[in-house]
Amino acid sequence: MIVLTILAGVAGLLAAAWAFRAIGRAAAGGRPRFRDMSFGEAFGWVFAAAALAFGVWLYLQEGAVFFRWAVQGFVIFSVAAWVFRTLGRHVGTEATRKLFRQMPLTAAFGILVILIYAVVAIFAGVIAPYGQEQVLANANVVAGGNPALGGDPAFPLGTDQIGRDILSRLIYGAQNTVGIAFATTCLAFALGGTFGFLAATLGGWLDQVLSRFVDVLMAIPSLIFALLLMTIASVWANQLGVPLTVFMVVIIAVIDSTRVYRLARAVAGNIVVMDYIEAAKLRGEGLGYLIFKEILPNATAPLLAEFGLRFCFVFLTIASLSFLGVGIQPPAADWGTMVRDLAQFINYAQFAPQAAITPLLAAGAIALLTVAVNFVVDWMLFRSSGLKE
Amino acid sequence: MTDKSHRDRLLRVCDLHLEGRSDEEWIPIVKGVSFDLHKGEVLGLIGESGAGKSTVGLAAMGFTRDGVRIAGGSVEFDGVDLVNASADVKRNLLGKRIAYVAQSAAASFNPAHKIIDQHTEAPVQHGVEGRADSEADAMELYARLRLPNPEEIGFRYPHQVSGGQLQRAMTAMAMSCRPDLIIFDEPTTALDVTTQIEVLAAIRKIVEDFDTAAIYITHDLAVVAQMADRIKVLLKGEEVEEADTRTMLSSPQQDYTKSLWAVRSFERPAKPAPAVDAVPVISVNGITAAYGTVEVLHDVSFDIHAGRTVAVVGESGSGKSTAARCITGLLPPVSGQIELEGVPLPADYRQRSRDQLRQVQMIYQMADTALNPRKTIGEIIGRPVQFYGRMKGKGKRARVEELLDAIEMPPAQYIDRLPSELSGGQKQRVGIARALAADPKFIICDEVTSALDQLVAEGILRLLARLQDELGLSYMFITHDLATVRAIADEVVVMKDGRVVEQGGKRDMFQPPHHPYTDLLLSSVPEMDPDWLTDLLAERGVDNIGDAAVDKM
Repeated sequence: MIVLTILAGVAGLLAAAWAFRAIGRAAAGGRPRFRDMSFGEAFGWVFAAAALAFGVWLYLQEGAVFFRWAVQGFVIFSVAAWVFRTLGRHVGTEATRKLFRQMPLTAAFGILVILIYAVVAIFAGVIAPYGQEQVLANANVVAGGNPALGGDPAFPLGTDQIGRDILSRLIYGAQNTVGIAFATTCLAFALGGTFGFLAATLGGWLDQVLSRFVDVLMAIPSLIFALLLMTIASVWANQLGVPLTVFMVVIIAVIDSTRVYRLARAVAGNIVVMDYIEAAKLRGEGLGYLIFKEILPNATAPLLAEFGLRFCFVFLTIASLSFLGVGIQPPAADWGTMVRDLAQFINYAQFAPQAAITPLLAAGAIALLTVAVNFVVDWMLFRSSGLKE
Repeated sequence: MTDKSHRDRLLRVCDLHLEGRSDEEWIPIVKGVSFDLHKGEVLGLIGESGAGKSTVGLAAMGFTRDGVRIAGGSVEFDGVDLVNASADVKRNLLGKRIAYVAQSAAASFNPAHKIIDQHTEAPVQHGVEGRADSEADAMELYARLRLPNPEEIGFRYPHQVSGGQLQRAMTAMAMSCRPDLIIFDEPTTALDVTTQIEVLAAIRKIVEDFDTAAIYITHDLAVVAQMADRIKVLLKGEEVEEADTRTMLSSPQQDYTKSLWAVRSFERPAKPAPAVDAVPVISVNGITAAYGTVEVLHDVSFDIHAGRTVAVVGESGSGKSTAARCITGLLPPVSGQIELEGVPLPADYRQRSRDQLRQVQMIYQMADTALNPRKTIGEIIGRPVQFYGRMKGKGKRARVEELLDAIEMPPAQYIDRLPSELSGGQKQRVGIARALAADPKFIICDEVTSALDQLVAEGILRLLARLQDELGLSYMFITHDLATVRAIADEVVVMKDGRVVEQGGKRDMFQPPHHPYTDLLLSSVPEMDPDWLTDLLAERGVDNIGDAAVDKM
């Protein structure tokens, strides 16, 4: 029965697409827009229209609270990105204005979100209304600040099971999670980039040794490997008196540097065969000059793009490790830990959406940053002509 | 080449304007080009790179590349308005009645499919003939185009076939539906002279056999003179003049056309022979070199004396560039020695002293890859000045400006530019300045003009000649273009398969008797005479040109 309904729906869409194209052709005369439209494109338009109509219907349904929030969030962020881009087009130097003129809306959104996260992370102590470890009077206050639903205007996003303010913890979480992820990514790039460039420039046995070592590291599933090493490190951390977080940074950096190594080696490999590198070698230039002055400036674009992506992965790994309990240690606020601690509230989603939102806030913060960074990276890759049509 | 203008008109391009998107605005790239093409007629489109030749060629098919649009004018093919035609109409024409042959056959064939599968695709898709018929037809076309083993060659993959053969296979593919019009976009530019002549002969034969009209796009006048009934000259998107081939060659009207014609007249006066007891600047003694275990140079010896130019000539794969790599020390030879002014040089460049490295400089073929795209001109030229001369600050800047003056590029205008903001010829000049900055005795010029247009190339040759006279430099000039040799060389070394076949003064080399290989090379260089190819084929026969002749040696 369901299959029949779906088939009928698809058939209806196909017919509608055909009609849409025929009507368009008749109405628009000989204009290329409809004349050269393929059936696939017409179907795409009709399908998009149908999906939009379904979205509007769903939005008007009483029970679709989360969908409504998502749509509202989407609209708000789109408008904010548009305002931000318009602002950038009119303020600043000629170069930045040109940059904003060529920027797609997604990239503007990404940059805006990253800027907001950066500001929040840096000024967490000033912005946050309470401390991240501060235990307040009421536990499990519902988000929304509406006393009728069990909220409290003093805690707009509610409190967790032991009565800590979720908004403050989210803000401090930006500092901890994003800050540590950033430091880890930088370390991974320093390691992977250095060895990758060395391998590509010197070649020979060094390249072989490094590459095979990296192959071995890459052959082990990274999250399980990280978990294993973290378990070992937690013993050492107690003995040595070094915070476990330091071990986590190093472990994740080493595991992720293998991917950076691969990329840096491949990119530099394409550059070292260029004639200008040969000219520099024949001039008698040293290794340092070759790497820093000749290769690095030409490798920045792909490496920067990889930096963005790698940051997301590192960030997600830290959140995963924290979720599993071996990452950033309480009482420091961390988004991954917050998701784990509040996870059981997700069960209330059916009848009390306000209560179920608490774990989703931290998860949403992670998702939003990941999406934003990816938008910016996509745009950078496009600009460095990697993905141009 | 009979007059075909009385025949039915096939294509009419009228006041065609094309615009290209650059950064944020549309810039006109073709400003009003018109021409008619009749059935069976070949039109040659010539001009420098950037003149809009290829863009016009594609627009004649009603097609524009991404970022290009037709801003005005009309293209009418056999009564069909291609500018406003619907996608369906164009789809029925392209590939079937209008075909296109691209410059690089190697990049245009899909490497994952056999040649014949790609050949039969168009006829089968367009419903011209079935797959089996089309395959049989392909073999016949291959035979007509004189491809070796026509029965079998189509079943190879593109990488298993040589460049010249691939270009002919592509011409066969364009012919597969027996189109009325073929557009050839520089089909022989990437080929060696000896290979080029075979492809030219094949294209001309098949176009005549099937009475196909063609637009032949090239920057080489001598080539177009062999192929076209009429020639149209373009300059920066505007038409300069159009006339039938013989009129155009004998009496060009416009100054620009005349200057194009005059390029080939540049020739330096012969220099006196060096003293018998003079110590050569570079002496190559019995070099044998190998990549891995494969020997690519066999006992190569030649001398280069102070202030003289030695041209090393040969096809690709003959070992010219490998000899240069041995001299620079990038490829240490298996045996033999290289001497700089009588002093043996260490085989590996890493063991050479900074002064020895300074004496031997190199100018590369592709200026694009020879200049670091992220550095300004001032930095590129300044680095060797600082590195060898140990000059800094003002002294370095003054020397860079002096060098920019020497290569005829005003320092104030160019010193802070990036290589991407320069034209091809200017980039090559910067490459020369970088070599000069080291204050060398000897410069290796590796095909420095082969990627440039003729006028620009001539400017580079004149610059190199002037610098040689002023600074007493010695050049090793690697090239496959004998016109360049004639213009600049004092001595010539002919190489084939890693061996020196013949060497001597320029005058001796251009006069018979020749070694058979030198003879083949010399006879394969197209001349500005429209009958040259016809005469050559009559004289030598189709079996004694190009790769076929090389194989016989």
